[in-house]
Amino acid sequence: MAEPVPETGETLEEDRRGEEHESSLGLRTVPEQTSPVLGAGPDGLLGVEHSDKTDQFLVTDSGRTVILYKLSDQKTLGSWSVKQGQIITCPAVCNFQTGEYIVVHDNKVLRIWNSEDVNLDKVFKATLSAEVCRIHSIQGTEPLVLFKEGAVRGLEALLAEPQQKIETVISDEEVIKWTKLFIVFRHPVLIFITEKHGNYFAYVQTFHSRVLSKYTLLLGHEEKTLIQSFTASVDRKFISLMSLSSDGSVYETLIPIRPTDPEKNQRVVRSLLLKAVVSGNARNAVALTVLDQDHVAVLGSPLPASKESLSIWNIKFQTLQTSKELPQGTSGQLWYYGENLFMLHGKFLTVIPYKCEVSSLAGALGKLKHSQDPGTHVEPHFVNWEASQGCGLGCQNSEQSRRLLRRRKIEVNLQPEVPPSKQLLLTIKKDSEKHIEVELRKFLAMTQTPDFHAITGDIVTGLLERCKAEEPSFYPRNCLIQLIQTHVLSYSLCPGLMEVALQKTDVHLLQLCLQQFPDIPESVTCTCLKLFLSIGDDCLQETDVNMESVFDYSGTVQDEKMEEQTKILQNGFNPKEDNCSNCDQELKEKPQDTTKETTSCPVIPKRAALLNAILHSAYSETFLLPHLKDIPAQHITLFLQYLYFLYLKCSENATMTLPGIRPPTLNQIMDWICLLLDANFTVVVMIPEAKRLLINLYKFVKSQISVYSELNKIEVSFRELQKLNQEKNNRGLYSIEVLELF
Amino acid sequence: MAAAERGAARPTGDNRTSRRRRRRREHCLRTSGLEPGALPGQSMRARAHVWPGRREAGAARGMGEFKVHRVRFFNYVPSGIRCVAYNNQSNRLAVSRTDGTVEIYNLSANYFQEKFFPGHESRATEALCWAAGQRLFSAGLNGEIIEYDLQALNIKYAVDAFGGPIWSMTTNPSGSQLLVGCEDGSVKLFQITPDKIQFERNFDRQKRSTIHKMIVDRQYMGVSKRKCIVWAVAFLSDGTVISADSAGKVQFWDSATGTLVKSHLITNADVQSIAVADQEDSFVVGTAEGTVFHFQLVPVTSNSNEKQWVRTKPFQHHTHDVRAVAHSPTALISGGTDTHLVIRPLMEKVEVKNYDAALRKITFPHRRLISCSKKRQLLLFQFAHHLELWRLGSTVATGKNGDTLPLSKNADHLLHLKTKGPENIICSSISPCGSWIAYSTASRFFLCRLNYEHDNISLKRVSKMPAFLRSALQILFSEDSTKLFVASNQGSLHVMQLVEGSFKHLHAFQPLSGTVEAMCLLAVSPDGNWLAASGTSAGVHVYNVKQLKLHCTVPAYNFPVTALAIAPSTNNLVIAHSDQQVFEYSIPDKQYTEWSRAVQKQGFHHLWLQRDTPITHISFHPKRPMHILLHDAYMFCIIDKSLPLPSDKTLLYNPLPPMNESDVVRRRTAHAFKISKIYKPLLFLDLLDERTLVAVERPLDDIIAQLPPPIKKKKFGT
Repeated sequence: MAEPVPETGETLEEDRRGEEHESSLGLRTVPEQTSPVLGAGPDGLLGVEHSDKTDQFLVTDSGRTVILYKLSDQKTLGSWSVKQGQIITCPAVCNFQTGEYIVVHDNKVLRIWNSEDVNLDKVFKATLSAEVCRIHSIQGTEPLVLFKEGAVRGLEALLAEPQQKIETVISDEEVIKWTKLFIVFRHPVLIFITEKHGNYFAYVQTFHSRVLSKYTLLLGHEEKTLIQSFTASVDRKFISLMSLSSDGSVYETLIPIRPTDPEKNQRVVRSLLLKAVVSGNARNAVALTVLDQDHVAVLGSPLPASKESLSIWNIKFQTLQTSKELPQGTSGQLWYYGENLFMLHGKFLTVIPYKCEVSSLAGALGKLKHSQDPGTHVEPHFVNWEASQGCGLGCQNSEQSRRLLRRRKIEVNLQPEVPPSKQLLLTIKKDSEKHIEVELRKFLAMTQTPDFHAITGDIVTGLLERCKAEEPSFYPRNCLIQLIQTHVLSYSLCPGLMEVALQKTDVHLLQLCLQQFPDIPESVTCTCLKLFLSIGDDCLQETDVNMESVFDYSGTVQDEKMEEQTKILQNGFNPKEDNCSNCDQELKEKPQDTTKETTSCPVIPKRAALLNAILHSAYSETFLLPHLKDIPAQHITLFLQYLYFLYLKCSENATMTLPGIRPPTLNQIMDWICLLLDANFTVVVMIPEAKRLLINLYKFVKSQISVYSELNKIEVSFRELQKLNQEKNNRGLYSIEVLELF
Repeated sequence: MAAAERGAARPTGDNRTSRRRRRRREHCLRTSGLEPGALPGQSMRARAHVWPGRREAGAARGMGEFKVHRVRFFNYVPSGIRCVAYNNQSNRLAVSRTDGTVEIYNLSANYFQEKFFPGHESRATEALCWAAGQRLFSAGLNGEIIEYDLQALNIKYAVDAFGGPIWSMTTNPSGSQLLVGCEDGSVKLFQITPDKIQFERNFDRQKRSTIHKMIVDRQYMGVSKRKCIVWAVAFLSDGTVISADSAGKVQFWDSATGTLVKSHLITNADVQSIAVADQEDSFVVGTAEGTVFHFQLVPVTSNSNEKQWVRTKPFQHHTHDVRAVAHSPTALISGGTDTHLVIRPLMEKVEVKNYDAALRKITFPHRRLISCSKKRQLLLFQFAHHLELWRLGSTVATGKNGDTLPLSKNADHLLHLKTKGPENIICSSISPCGSWIAYSTASRFFLCRLNYEHDNISLKRVSKMPAFLRSALQILFSEDSTKLFVASNQGSLHVMQLVEGSFKHLHAFQPLSGTVEAMCLLAVSPDGNWLAASGTSAGVHVYNVKQLKLHCTVPAYNFPVTALAIAPSTNNLVIAHSDQQVFEYSIPDKQYTEWSRAVQKQGFHHLWLQRDTPITHISFHPKRPMHILLHDAYMFCIIDKSLPLPSDKTLLYNPLPPMNESDVVRRRTAHAFKISKIYKPLLFLDLLDERTLVAVERPLDDIIAQLPPPIKKKKFGT
């Protein structure tokens, strides 16, 4: 699994290590750090733009300076400043057709220079008649100048006649908030968003047909929200405009590139894309950038109190791909050029390379699993599928249906139907514990529908939600027990149940769960085991535990039987013939102790019942072993003693079984002894109390090996006998026999 | 010493029988509805009056004592299964084997192997598929696409695809186009025209392996890892690509994005084959360890529409590689190197939980590979490319039931006759007198004359076979070995007169106008007057050999005929069908016999109808006209028509020795079907004379011993 994203400011060596680890996941998140940018005040930067050479970027700060920066060398290639008193008002861009740089200062003064120029004062200058909002320059087209009034000019045309009259496109008080240039079918398309009194408008200017279309952005039912950041991507017919609202969610609006009716003011609706990616009422600035068709990067605080962080979301699967904390704060600006994310972190311009892999469900789920890992920092933002379905544009399960809905641009309000079985869920939300119990009993008495188990799961989930909300007063223990005893529940249907029971140290409930659930994760099994071993005897006495798996072990064993028992322990192998055992002799010195140790059960019956439930539960060795290592040594010893005791009990009869209704089987006992020893051998071997136990076990294993080696010898003889037998049966290839049919 | 031993053993044996007898008696009483405590004498007497006339019916005598030549030297090993293709319209399954043989199983007719096309050394089939109109195509390593004529049972035509060996072939969903994947990396598209296929276009090898290449063809190619080979892919209509590879994984891909959606590691060995159900809600894969896994598309939770592929059931019915799988609507079908064809019905898809829901394992061909010369006690074994002639041994000793008699002469391997050329033998026969051997491949018919001089045998081929006798589907000699009947694949039946060392063509019965169906089964009456011939679907035709004309046609029955024979003296034609029904039809009277009507009226015992291998041979006792002897692979049965038919309540199979009780109790339980399951798997059984049987067994262990070793699985302690 991926390591947490390394912090900025770490040494280069550590970064490399990070890279190696991340590359296995396909994510490269190596922070690179530029030299401090002068004047990067609280307003941040004016912009970061691509230069005509890959790996070189133009960084414009909000003061007077433009810096050309080479990323791979982490080196400044050039720096240009305007005179004192002048101020750059528009980020510098590169004219990809000529290789020159263009910047605007004091709103109206255009400067064009190239990398050989030293002084910005002495380069080409053109004073325009209107204030410039942005210059857009992308590969494959001439730079376009967008004026604050909404007019657009090509650079060539503008320079031919700098003082030409610039018309006003947008109305008074309308302010351009965000703008972006695309190339669609080799023709540039400019989109800019304006705001006026909380209303947002999108303008799409196509240069091929010189059409400007205006759209009103409808915000849906969250009319009051502010849009904090925009980003957009384009496909053949639509501009997909994504906006990050002040409620912390990302919305998507589809704006057609070719308007159906350019004259009319058209309205476009937005649909919810990701819910609550950043904290809704964060004071810090937030930013959103689309990385590719499936990924967006979001800058902001995931929780109101938390530090700002950069997170990459997979829109397709609605999963968090990766995230990185930026503790020194950001300016709420984010740029993405050629697989590099640029942002201001503290006072530094930080560049994080990030390559979007083709999004696969496996990758997405892998990350989810990682963040669920208990050890690591739990990411707070997971999409609640139910909620996401309920609001906005309904079902977003599949890409296809979502697209379809968006294409139609119909706002669908799903009216959630209330099926009769949900009635109980409503009861659970509000009513008293007693009432719930009555209702539940009624419900369980009804005939079982095919989706009974799913409904039962929902009910448990409902109960648990309330448990968590109203801790510690609300704990409907009886209801939960009843529900578990329906035999339809499994761990995956109600993952929170055992967690709650563990919190409440409700061992009876845990025992039931262990008995009923087929799919308990090993970590949970082990947590239960820890609890069962550590809980005090007096606590246990008060609880009500199902004792059917425990036979009354104490006191039934007579002294006579003990003799037999030790014999069986040897398993038919005579230890006297064993010529190489020092421990054997040591053991013989205190035979009385041994018997005493083994006759009495080392745990009280209630604990034994609980431990038996653990023995019965299913597990996978590889997953269980690491968790077993966490159990304290004295508990391990106790459990081993109990298991050894069970083994001795097993050996008392010929069938090697224990009395009782559902006793642990010999295989279970043996497997657990092996598991415990595998996990904790180095610890156990150091404990003096465990020494005798280990010697006993060692002796047992040795006798087993001897028996099996003897058996192997017999097997050879058996095989020969079998061969002889087969030859007798095999009548050869031809025979004449007598057959009488009656 | 032997006598002493027997004497010593006798008391315990007697004890055992008496104990059995006691148990048996209780059983009889219970079935007759009497209390075990009731006085037996009374009830017997009461019963005795019920059937006074049947007393002499021979029940006391039993079915008789036989000397059985128990033959296990027929060294037959079926070829491994290479491809299977299921056709939903006709509910038929085409199976191709590694020797190029193609077999057609009719799943509606009790899984009967109703047709087969003989193999050819150079025609290793690598792909088999059905096209629209139930047309069957195969393609193989010789680079040819072959269409089979399912009526005339021959190859319609072969078209070279000119792309080197063909590794894969499939049709488009409507079955109108054929796509083949060739060795040179090209994929070729053929249009299926009403009577041929026509090359339409060529898709050249892609520079990069794109997902789309995987869609159309199932050829081997390496993707992802260096050593990983994708053995099979399937493309679902929702755009999911399922791949099965040599790393033991079944993987689901999204073809639109090329992303891996899900991966199942199911085995350490190769996953070699895949087949998807028509509904695309279930598919099956076969692995090199012989395991077949069933995958199903099931809802994630019960109340959601979201579904996911889940591995549901593993089946281990094979010991070796499962090279081919198919998915019928109700069953998983698999076959592979271990030569078994396994049909595993899906219990949830089977509506009626009858015997059809049971697992079928088909190992042996549903036709005879053995013929027998009664006079000289010779057996002729047919292999793919050679014939073996064996003479049975003899004994002078006698013994009681179950004894193995000391041989005074062992069986002799007289002749090993190898065919020339690459074609497999279709059929063969030895004349009852032992002097003639006839066999046929797909393009040549051979007739040989055998001369016996003391211990020396000389073989002389009869040359100059007539041009029309190029290939035969079935060959039969008349009882007196003077006539030879040949069913050719053009649907005609040829009658030939055999004279010392040569032959004369007497007549050809032409197929009825408008039919082209080939005849696969022949039977001639012992007096040589009647010839019965049956195809796969139409009724049985009976010809008068003396007058050389069609005598009558037995009405067609729903199920194909599996065996035919004409009884001596009565000239009753006994017909066995694949649904285990047996009919007796009187040729002179042109109607079913009384006995047959009675059987149909009462119906066969349910256990009789539930046997899962077809009856492949019927013969008659020369001295007991009431007896019919027939066998399938796991039992042989003598039907005594004089005895009452068993009802469903009586015990059908009763191998227990007789009880020394009065006739009456015996008669109470005796019924017409005397079944023995001693010899199995039984490939051939016939009466050599009235007291001698020959049974040819082929134990499965002997076949397994000749297969390549299976993938070794680790067992505890080894």
